[in-house]
This record gives sequence, C-alpha cells and structure tokens, in this order.
Amino acid sequence: MSAAAPAAHDRDTFHLIEADGHAGGHSSPVLLGFWIYLMSDALLFAALFATFGVLSTSYAGGPAPRDIFELELVAVNTAILLVSSITYGFGMIAMEENKKSQVQLWLAVTALLGIAFVSIEMFEFHKLIAEGATPQRSGFLSGFFTLVGTHGLHVTVGIVWIAIMMVQVGMKGLNLVNKRRLMCLSMFWHFLDVIWIGVFTFVYLLGMMR
Amino acid sequence: MSSPHDTELHAHGDEHGHGSRKSYLIGFALSAVLTFIPFWLVMTRPGISATAIVLTVIVLAVVQVLVHTICFLHVNTSGEGGWTLLAYVFTGVLLLITIAGSLWIMYHLNTNMMPGMGASEVGSNL
Repeated sequence: MSAAAPAAHDRDTFHLIEADGHAGGHSSPVLLGFWIYLMSDALLFAALFATFGVLSTSYAGGPAPRDIFELELVAVNTAILLVSSITYGFGMIAMEENKKSQVQLWLAVTALLGIAFVSIEMFEFHKLIAEGATPQRSGFLSGFFTLVGTHGLHVTVGIVWIAIMMVQVGMKGLNLVNKRRLMCLSMFWHFLDVIWIGVFTFVYLLGMMR
Repeated sequence: MSSPHDTELHAHGDEHGHGSRKSYLIGFALSAVLTFIPFWLVMTRPGISATAIVLTVIVLAVVQVLVHTICFLHVNTSGEGGWTLLAYVFTGVLLLITIAGSLWIMYHLNTNMMPGMGASEVGSNL
C-alpha cells in the first residue's frame, strides 16, 4: 500500500501535467505534428513565392501577365476552392455529430470541387502552353508554372486523400483513428486555400497591375 | 452516441480545433467579400490610382489569410497549449524574412549589376 500510494500520486500528477499541456486540445500528438508539417510546407511555398517574386518581371521578350492571364477563369477557380473549404467544414461538423453518411456526402462534394479546380487549372496550363507560353519561355513563366503547379499538385494529393478517407470511413466508420485523419485532412485542405489567397493575389491580381 | 474515444479526442469540448457551423459561415461570408473586392478592383479599375489598388489588394489578402486561419484552421491561443499559434507566428516571421529578404536582395543586385552602370564608371575613369 505504502509503495502504491506514491505511484498513484505520480500517475495523477503526470495526467494533470498532460491535461494542462493540451488544454483545449487533443491528447494525440498527431494533430500538432501534422500542423508542424503544414508550417514547413508553408516555408516551401515561401521559397517558391520568393522565386516567383524575383523572376516576376523577367519576361525575356515573352508574354507578360496581362497578355496571358484570364482573370475570369481565376475568379471561378478561387470561388470553387473557397466553396470547397466550407463544404469540408460542413463535413467536419457532420463528423462531430457522428453522421457517417453526411460526412461521406460532404467529402464527395469537396472532392468534386477539387477536381473541378484542378481541371480548370489544367485547362489554363494547356492553353498557355498552346499559345507558346511554356515554362521554358521566360523566368517569369518558369516561376509561374512552378508555384501554381506545386499548389495544384497539393490539391491533387488532397483529392486522392479525400478518396482514401471515403473508403476508410465507408469500411470502418467514424472511429477515433478516422476522425483524427479527417481532422488532419481538414487542416491540409484549408491550408491549401490559404496558399491560394497568396497565389491569386500576388501572381494573378498584382500580375495584371504591372 | 459519444464513445469514450470521443472524449479522448476532444477532451475539452467541440469549440477547439473544429469550430461551429456559425464560425464556418462567418468565415465563408467574410472570405467571399474579401475575395470579391480585390477581383472587382483589378478587373474594373475604378477611378483610383494603381498604387492604391495594389495596396488595397495586398491588405485584403492579409486580412483574408487571418480570417481563414481563425475561422477555418481554428488557430487560437489555447489549441495544443498555444503551440499551434506559436508555430504559426514563427512560420509567419520566416515567411516574411524569406520573401521580403529575397526580393530586397535581388532587387538591389539587379539594379547594381545593370550593364549601364559599370560602363559609365569605366568611362569616367578614362
């Protein structure tokens, strides 16, 4: 008894510290770890934004933003990505309420919006390349394709992840592990929308102002 | 239908880390406005100077990033004991240093390496 008492005390203390350390959060370290990954991904994009910024007026006699960008297309894509953010948000609320079929529905809607976004971006890239505005044409276009392409690649990975989560939720339901994965995917998806704010502002809108 | 696991995942209620329907809708409404204004400014070019448009567009983008961070990513002072916010702020500082620093250095490098400049110095020496 005398030996068990301090042990129990230690365990309680440990839990108290744990509870304080994660006040208002989650006992799993995965979410914080995934957040740190997103922050390092943001640094990757910072490097790409910096590269694009440095090269943004290096046209090498080739087309300038004003000659090749179609803001209507970018506006549509921005709207699609913004709506997909809130549809995923509704999916998270459905997850909170343990409504499996609703989660599946919102995931499907989000994935379709993501596919629409990537398709429009591919259409834009295809059009640019057909016009001769290839990545090899100028420093500006190299920076443009690298930055916007990397974002598009992230969205594509997000769509694949959504598809995987739909299968997972379908097979195993909304268990603890799947909920945690859905929360990581939520951060990933919203993070991509934040990056897109930087893209449409600094690449497209300010590009058209030059 | 709340299992013990759920309490493990959300030890302190739903508000942290997910947000409510209301926070998503507020975030969406704000983002829609903050997206519409810059696109409208650049596409229609109402009678204000280009500099004013550029500055407005940049400020609105920063505000929209903050709206997304709070309403969609649910970053707050208490999440994960403040570590998410700390990491976020730290990343923001690194982002600024990387982007602003690169632009600053490369701008001056470009300006100072202009062919004309070296030639004129050579000319004045002769």
